[in-house]
Amino acid sequence: MAQAEAIKTPDPSPSPQSLGNERKWTHFFTFSTDHKVIGIQYLVTSFVFYLIGGGLATVIRTELATPAPDFITPETYNGVLTLHGTIMLFLWIVPAGAGLANYLIPLMIGAKDMAFPRINAIAFWMIPPSGIMLVASFFFEPPQAGWTSYPPLSLSSGMLGQGIWILSILIGGTASILGALNFLVTILKMRVPSMPLLKMPLFCWAMIATSLLILISTPVLAGALILLMFDLVAGTAFFNPTGGGDPVVYQHMFWFYSHPAVYIFVLPLFGAISDVLPVHARKPIFGYRAIAYSSLVISFLGLIVWAHHMFTSGTPPWLRMFFMITTMAIAVPTGIKVFGWTATLWRGKIAYTSAMLFAIGFIAIFVIGGISGVMLAAVPFDIHVHDTYFVVAHFHYVLFGASIFGIYMALYHWFPKMTGRMLNEFWGKVHFVLTFVGMNLTFMPMHQLGLQGMNRRIALYDPQFTDLNVLATIGAYLMAVSTVPFIINAVWSWHWGEKAPTNPWRALTLEWQTLSPPAHENFEGVPEIKTGPYDYGLGYIPVKDDPEIYEEAIAAVAAHAH
Amino acid sequence: MNGIPTSIVTMLIGIVITLISLWYGQNHGLMPVAASTEAGEVDQLFNLMMTIGTGLFLIVEGTLIVAVIRFRRKEGDETDGPHIEGNIPLEIVWTAIPAIIVLGLSVYSFEIYTEMGGLNLMEHHSSKEVQLAYASSDGDATSSYPMLAASGLGEPPTLGESADDTISIDVLGLQFAFVMTYPATGIVDGAVHVPVDKFVKLNLKAQDVIHAFWLPEFRIKQDMIPGKETSLVFKATREGTYPVVCAELCGSYHGGMRTQLIVHSPEEYDEWEQSRIVAQGPTDLSNAIAAASQKPDETDTEYLAHFRASMHLDIEPMEPMNHDAHMDLALTP
Repeated sequence: MAQAEAIKTPDPSPSPQSLGNERKWTHFFTFSTDHKVIGIQYLVTSFVFYLIGGGLATVIRTELATPAPDFITPETYNGVLTLHGTIMLFLWIVPAGAGLANYLIPLMIGAKDMAFPRINAIAFWMIPPSGIMLVASFFFEPPQAGWTSYPPLSLSSGMLGQGIWILSILIGGTASILGALNFLVTILKMRVPSMPLLKMPLFCWAMIATSLLILISTPVLAGALILLMFDLVAGTAFFNPTGGGDPVVYQHMFWFYSHPAVYIFVLPLFGAISDVLPVHARKPIFGYRAIAYSSLVISFLGLIVWAHHMFTSGTPPWLRMFFMITTMAIAVPTGIKVFGWTATLWRGKIAYTSAMLFAIGFIAIFVIGGISGVMLAAVPFDIHVHDTYFVVAHFHYVLFGASIFGIYMALYHWFPKMTGRMLNEFWGKVHFVLTFVGMNLTFMPMHQLGLQGMNRRIALYDPQFTDLNVLATIGAYLMAVSTVPFIINAVWSWHWGEKAPTNPWRALTLEWQTLSPPAHENFEGVPEIKTGPYDYGLGYIPVKDDPEIYEEAIAAVAAHAH
Repeated sequence: MNGIPTSIVTMLIGIVITLISLWYGQNHGLMPVAASTEAGEVDQLFNLMMTIGTGLFLIVEGTLIVAVIRFRRKEGDETDGPHIEGNIPLEIVWTAIPAIIVLGLSVYSFEIYTEMGGLNLMEHHSSKEVQLAYASSDGDATSSYPMLAASGLGEPPTLGESADDTISIDVLGLQFAFVMTYPATGIVDGAVHVPVDKFVKLNLKAQDVIHAFWLPEFRIKQDMIPGKETSLVFKATREGTYPVVCAELCGSYHGGMRTQLIVHSPEEYDEWEQSRIVAQGPTDLSNAIAAASQKPDETDTEYLAHFRASMHLDIEPMEPMNHDAHMDLALTP
């Protein structure tokens, strides 16, 4: 009994009693098949690449603070913008989403691990070589053809850098395919028997949609890149017009992956926000089925909108019209989600936690990206703004506003579960305000710049655009500063933060019904589902720290020792 | 709450949001000067989308702000909110309204696109020979399939019989310049000269990598693709000098790949044409290309200075310029 008493009031000093969830720091640097270790490995690795990508963004904005190309040479600038795009998409957002999925899926569905733990480890360990190669290419001969790498430019701007770029994406893409396969099988086959599909947390629904997209579209990108590699190295002419190849075919193949990729970037966070909002608003998600199914609709429509990236390319009129209509249509399921989230907040009991602030910021910013997205779908308007800063503004509103706000939101929400420590809420709020202001200051003026005539991917620009560019640069510096409180907060809290209870937010999903951090195989036996994932307001309110969980854990460790 | 029925409050908010959206949709001032018939049409579409977008923005952001303030958790309140799982009629409404809006926008965009001549490529292109920069036209499979070959903008359907009156200009894109050839007179120039109120057809080709020909004040853009001819048709409605911008990453000096489009009055245009024929005679295109693509013996900074100088563009009515100055813009970087 004395034992149980001691546990009811968690003690910040290390407890001599083993709970079976302790980890040594070395675990995170070795080949582990535990999905929780792999999830954290993904998140930390991708965050390191985020810092590199963010540094490159700061270099870009410094260059663009003045119209003249005076900070770096135009060649270096093209290398910087290529690496910025590639790193942010393939080494930050995709692996960060995979990290969250790895960490959360087994816990949310009551499984002990992923379906294929070894494949899971292999998939993660492909990311560091892929990233190191890409970053290293910068010091030899940076790829200069943008993250899209359209031929013939990509065939003529340096073989070494471009070759490394292709190999790096191929490795990263393989990791992504392996991960997706794992997520899909795990969600479909390893739920606790009492959890039907329609009682799953919405994050799992979003990951079904994401995994399907990855499995269908990534192989096409791999095909395109392998052909591009042949053109580059072996002198074939699949895409090279000098030998009769068609560069537009590459664009079709590239965007067949890279448009769905936008949903691969954002759908996991659509899922995560659907799980965070109800907890901090103490109210069920509004329209569970609509939000669940709309992920699948987005995933399907996402496969047939790719040519809207090519409205000014070599595309015939009928094709432009077809892709305009499908692109417009994808606004409908996306709208359903946004309205559902907003209605979830309405009449709730909203706590101003850092996670909730990032969630609200997510919706507020994503709406703007959604509206400009519908505008861009209209072919006559897109012909004017294609490849301008309007597009840059649009996709940063979507990718920064939704994906990165979403990742931060998820980190503030699940950090206690992952590390067993609480993040500092005050610095979390400072982080939110700086990021929100910096983000809007950077990208809002870009809408006007694009409409007025500033094109993308340029190191020098017409001096009439100077004022708005200076504003954007100030915003970018603010965003760079905004990551500092987060990094300090995360590192400090991981070691010295307040000990996290099992369920600090009093949430209903399964991941909160185990230790923080969970023991090696997550749950003792098969966890019992007490309520639906979003059954707030029905009278059942979980306790923050369930002594039963500690007792079970101690008993299990003791039993194991015998 | 304060005696005014909710329905009245909602209606008043609705009216205010509608009025703000309607006003902002017309007065956003975000677009540059509209200098062609196409620009006017695109701006109409953009204004409509801005109106709808502003309304949607105000509704969603307003709801968020009201919710965050009105439904904030009181200190020490550990209870749950009401158990509301959804509202099917409401969900149908917010699925149907966006669906109708995007359907309407699609139809309207289709109409504008037709007026801009976007659909006229399919019929017209088949009669013209597709010229390839490298591959011979015999070997090009797409030339026999106009459905796949043609891209860009064609003549507007209203053009009708006056099609012969169109001025045709061949534009070649290369790293990092545009070279304009007037097939009727043989004039080669680094800037685009066109008369006002007359249809102009640009035949776009690229020599090395993909470029894009963008006229911000005309709201039109088309990629220039090696091995494939694309086209743009427009009618300038306002005299002046406007920037021509390359909008597809084409290499290190992509940002400097710009020139000017000068819209003349009909008399000025004739004058310019005559002066060019008299002064120069037909220029050899290959010489012009060689001059444009050769990087002179200068440092990068000096090289870029040319681009920077040419970027001080304004859209005042143009002053008569020496034709050598035009050549300077793009042909002798």
